[in-house]
Amino acid sequence: MTAVEVKNLVKTYGDLKAVKGINFYINQGEIFGLIGPNGAGKTTTLRIISTLLTITSGTITVLGLDLEKKPEQIRKIISYLPEDAGAYKNLTGKAYLEFIANFYEPEKAKKMAEKGIEISDLGTRITDKVDTYSKGMKRRLLVGRALMTDPKFAILDEPTSGLDVNNAQEIRNIIKNTAKNGTTVLLSSHNMLEVEYLCDRIALIDNGIIVEEGKPQELMKKYNAKNIEEVFIKVVKN
Amino acid sequence: MSALGNIITKELKELMTPATFLPIIIMAIIFSSMGGTIGGIEDELEKPPVIALINSDNGRFSQIATNVFNQTSNVTFYSTDINDKKDALNTLKEKEGVALLVIDQNFSLDIENGKTGTFEIYWVMQGAGILDSISSSVVEALISTVNTNITRELIKNGNNSINSTLALNPTKRNETTYFKEKELNGISPGKIANILSQQSTFIPIIMMMIIMMAGQIVISSMALEKENKTLETLLTLPVKRTSIVAGKIIAAAIVGLILAIIYMIGMGSYLSSFQFSDTTSSGAASFDLSLSGLDMILIGVVVFVSLVAALALCMLLGTMAKNFKSAQTLTFPVAVLVLVPMFLTMFKDFDTLPLALKALLFGIPFSHPMMAPRSLLFDDYLMVFAGIIYVSIFAIIMIAIVVWVFKTDRIITGTTKFNLNKIFKKKN
Repeated sequence: MTAVEVKNLVKTYGDLKAVKGINFYINQGEIFGLIGPNGAGKTTTLRIISTLLTITSGTITVLGLDLEKKPEQIRKIISYLPEDAGAYKNLTGKAYLEFIANFYEPEKAKKMAEKGIEISDLGTRITDKVDTYSKGMKRRLLVGRALMTDPKFAILDEPTSGLDVNNAQEIRNIIKNTAKNGTTVLLSSHNMLEVEYLCDRIALIDNGIIVEEGKPQELMKKYNAKNIEEVFIKVVKN
Repeated sequence: MSALGNIITKELKELMTPATFLPIIIMAIIFSSMGGTIGGIEDELEKPPVIALINSDNGRFSQIATNVFNQTSNVTFYSTDINDKKDALNTLKEKEGVALLVIDQNFSLDIENGKTGTFEIYWVMQGAGILDSISSSVVEALISTVNTNITRELIKNGNNSINSTLALNPTKRNETTYFKEKELNGISPGKIANILSQQSTFIPIIMMMIIMMAGQIVISSMALEKENKTLETLLTLPVKRTSIVAGKIIAAAIVGLILAIIYMIGMGSYLSSFQFSDTTSSGAASFDLSLSGLDMILIGVVVFVSLVAALALCMLLGTMAKNFKSAQTLTFPVAVLVLVPMFLTMFKDFDTLPLALKALLFGIPFSHPMMAPRSLLFDDYLMVFAGIIYVSIFAIIMIAIVVWVFKTDRIITGTTKFNLNKIFKKKN
């Protein structure tokens, strides 16, 4: 069953055409990777799907809801983790998670925050101010925030950026388990190993156009490549 | 290029931006135009004061007084009949004069007999600003000259039996002041201005502090959301844009009011140490110059709507902030909009301003809480209600614009750069 459908998506900023009519779909419970070089239009696409930016033309449907017509309803079922997101420095990690949880159904808020604390896995530091956290700790807190709401659709922009190998591996497993539990995931990453490990299907975007799409194994076979990194280089260079 | 030169060049390139110079240039233009206006008013006041004179006394001392007034003033109405007071006042008001001076028929006789002569003075007060009271001060100075001349005359005659107290103070005054439809007996414009001076300085300063503090909080809050990259997350949560805008405005208003109260306590205590007996609240009350409970409620309303308007404006400016540093520059327009009415209301009354400045003052939403107390003291409810309606409309429009900005890409991307590029391209 298709959870997300993007049709002929165009986004312009003044004279700059950032996204030039892209099409893709994501099945329910699937982890879909959107990869491409810097400035290719990945973050713009993710920001549009997460209701932050408006659509210039084209349509996006998220779990049957039209993104342009029902953005407020879509915000209830999605979760977006921006690449360089931050948290409120004067709050403790716990207070930050509680603050976010309070935007959702009140009876679920406490449980939601507890789940966030569990995913973040910051131990006793969760009661310290965010200002005192390392980059990796902040990222863990934010991943916890993004996944604690049990979103039906999670949009994750570079979810493991700034994390060490162990922490990154843990987060990848959490993302995989989240998808197994029915959450649809749209992921963007520069880490091709991560993409290969996590994604069921990927799309390569370059200069605002999707230039290749398919399952990682199929693409590696098609381009006679050992890994997705090679596929990426071959596709982008062509 | 040397290392030092290299650093200086780089620093200058970073510092010499329109954002650095524009605020100072605008400030300089505003203050020079304000200075020009105030200077123009002063020039106007250097002209002889317009007065009306009724002299029903034929004695030598009244003649001394009449001579001084005729030589140094523009006497727009002159009569010897004491019953012409009404006509004299009407003429005076028509010609925007300062005072009607009535010399009692026993003026000279009283002085000859060792008593003080009486001037009846009917002041027509145009405004209660610092500059408005200058015209009455000029007349006060003329009366002082009359006194000196009478004293000289008394001493010149070599009358050794003259009472020294009389020689030093040969005249007394019975004063009535007409100001904004009110007739205030036994008080001069100078004393009224003194009583009102606390409101003319204290309230504008307090309003400036509230608006600047709360405004700074809102702009910084928006800037920090962007700098700390928390805004994107907030905007994808299931919360209405109006709730985000309202939440930020209300929180800033609460903090701004708390800060203002703390500031007011300190400032009030500081100013009270300078109070004279005439400027106490009891002094004001005895001349029917105090605010009623309804007046206080109206002041509360006008302060509240102005604060909301200010915060909505700051919120709009805050959406343009890219980081905390740029937020500092963005507070400048608010500072100008607060400082202009603060100075104008301190120096001049709304009624005595030229039409263009009246329009400017009314158009700036932050003028209204500064003008309201004085308007209410003189029962000018129309002005206060018009202000409340205008500021409320301004606040609603500002909030609507902010909510609209929150629903567009501008809040995330900021389109100023693109628009500028577009404009330049079109020009080329």
